[in-house]
Amino acid sequence: MLKTFRLGGIHPAENKLSANKKIETLELPKQVAIPLGQHIGAPAQAVVKKGDAVKVGTLIGQASGFISANIHSSVSGIVAKIDEVTDASGNRRPTVVIDVQGDEWEEGIDRSETLITEITLDPKEIVERVKNCGVVGLGGATFPAHVKLMPPPGSKAEVVIINAVECEPYLTSDHQLMLEKAEEIVIGVQILMKAVQVNRAIIGIENNKKDAITLLSSIAAKYSGIEVVALKVQYPQGGEKQLIDAVLKRQVPSGALPISTGAIIQNVGSAFAVYEAVQKNKPLFERVVTVTGKSLSNPSNFLARVGTPIKQLIEAAGGVPEDTGKIVSGGPMMGKAMPNIDSAVVKGCSGILIMKDFESRRKEMTDCIRCAKCVSVCPMGLTPSYLMRVSELNMLEEAEADRIMDCIECGSCSYICPANRTLLDYIRLGKGKVGAILRARATAPKN
Amino acid sequence: MNLILIALITLGVIGAIGAVILFFVAQKFYVYEDPRIAQVDEVLPQANCGGCGFPGCKGFADACVKAETMDGLNCPVGGSDCMNQIATILGRTAVAADPKIAVLRCNGTCADRPKTSQYDGAKSCAVAASTFAGETGCSYGCLGMADCCVVCDFDAIHMNPETGLPEIDQEKCTACGACVTACPKFLIQLRKKGKANRRIFVSCMSKDKGAVAKKACSNACIGCSKCFKECPFEAITVANNLAYIDDNKCRLCRKCVPVCPTNAIWELNFPPKKEKPEAPKAEA
Repeated sequence: MLKTFRLGGIHPAENKLSANKKIETLELPKQVAIPLGQHIGAPAQAVVKKGDAVKVGTLIGQASGFISANIHSSVSGIVAKIDEVTDASGNRRPTVVIDVQGDEWEEGIDRSETLITEITLDPKEIVERVKNCGVVGLGGATFPAHVKLMPPPGSKAEVVIINAVECEPYLTSDHQLMLEKAEEIVIGVQILMKAVQVNRAIIGIENNKKDAITLLSSIAAKYSGIEVVALKVQYPQGGEKQLIDAVLKRQVPSGALPISTGAIIQNVGSAFAVYEAVQKNKPLFERVVTVTGKSLSNPSNFLARVGTPIKQLIEAAGGVPEDTGKIVSGGPMMGKAMPNIDSAVVKGCSGILIMKDFESRRKEMTDCIRCAKCVSVCPMGLTPSYLMRVSELNMLEEAEADRIMDCIECGSCSYICPANRTLLDYIRLGKGKVGAILRARATAPKN
Repeated sequence: MNLILIALITLGVIGAIGAVILFFVAQKFYVYEDPRIAQVDEVLPQANCGGCGFPGCKGFADACVKAETMDGLNCPVGGSDCMNQIATILGRTAVAADPKIAVLRCNGTCADRPKTSQYDGAKSCAVAASTFAGETGCSYGCLGMADCCVVCDFDAIHMNPETGLPEIDQEKCTACGACVTACPKFLIQLRKKGKANRRIFVSCMSKDKGAVAKKACSNACIGCSKCFKECPFEAITVANNLAYIDDNKCRLCRKCVPVCPTNAIWELNFPPKKEKPEAPKAEA
């Protein structure tokens, strides 16, 4: 029997339309718009100004604060402006816009395809390099990778878990990356193990990617301490708490970090980015993006530079079909519909999903029939129907007491609800409000 | 007969003992409450809206009695009449507070602010605001899902289906401020009610640069500073591409209204301007 997490979970139609499509390198755009806040935490501070010449890999945004990440130019050219540009959610965010000229790379970046297996840097240098190269978690949450590699004092890392689950329907970017860059990923895992000084790593892959499991197992067998675990296909297994539960049978206590179970989790894409950063000195400025959808003529996996307009990716995959209802950044479960496709690909953009009009429409919400399906599928053991109610009524103390902050926003409850209740929308709202109260409480002077 | 008598006597004795105990307990645990609290509470409107900043009318009455002066205490619903009565009860002088009213600082109507996307999530401005910037090109404007109308205890805000914007009923609005906190875009402001209900304000909150704001909404303030230059009383400030009229300094001269190239400055309840030869010139 395959391993999986113990509580809840759903299994939506997989729809991996772009599976086994080779990663194509996307044509360079004429202009890129690179937002300075592409990660969780403080946005980077621009270190270039209008008119500056930049190369591929030039630092353009310096991390500000502990939880922040460096931003590098993904193209060579001239900085056209540093201004507020509309992002995928429609909000205007500080962005560096660069006019592309040629494709000249910063010296020191190893562009060769040769595999470098020997890890020469010591743990401190690895973390420093990961930090300098602006590597963030590429699974979607974009948490700066170097912060995860520095466990808080008092906690001890025992095992590195590589999240290669890709439980979101439609998305295949991680899958394809594993098939094409398996050696590099395994070395990336070795680097991560060295950085946090552990001798055990587990790569968790869902069983719908059997080719990747076989390939990675055969490569991992050459190295000691790396284990590939096949997992039962179940959403949201890619949530870090769910993955720890699935592979280690340990539960992260409410409010605690995953490190409390001794696990350090990195996405498989991040492991590859770490390989490139440490062995090739290449900053994170490009990533694999799945462009997919049932009506799309050519669902594909693209290697796109950060800052490329999303429109260009869709056009490369066959253009926006006529009956498009929503264009989603990310997967269908946790992704967000974009009001603006002129915005740019960012580090956290794992996929672009084109949904037909009829499949994208929400059905009319009716009254809760108390069927408790949301309770049974919640992977965190919460009561979504109740949490929605208290969030709607602004009963924040009750929401906090019922662990609203544990919600991982996977959307399983909204997916399963037969009354089409907007469960996650309200829970997310309540979570935001409770979070603000918790932060205020933490900073308030103690009397 | 005997049975009834026994029952009566027993119950009577228990009752008497209970009464005695309760009497002494009441003496022992007596809490003195200033009788003025009840008096003040009586003159308050009992709307329990929280507009004063205290938990309900009783809380406000308690605060009034305990406070040294009437500074900073104001019941927006009762207004100066109510505050004067409270001052009389407490033997103090009421601090004159200008009556206020809620105004909506967005005039991006459906016609003037074209939609660029369509939202089909939960019908709540707060939820929509936590998800994306809004259905139009303006990320500062009204989302039009009536959170302000829902929270109003006085039935004073209603959505106008034609403009897609809420409208404030100036007869009913008590300036309690519930809508101000409900709006996730901070579009509602409490401003001085003004003489004869006359008010002038910039009905826009867009901090976008002029060209961007104008592209998204033809009624947007573009921060051109024309009103700032026109104002003889230094009541207007322009910051972050947005003009703001200070209602404490504004003397309602209306000079800023015609110079605004986007009609973002609103005048309410003024008599129509007399046709002057220079009026069309100013518009052009």
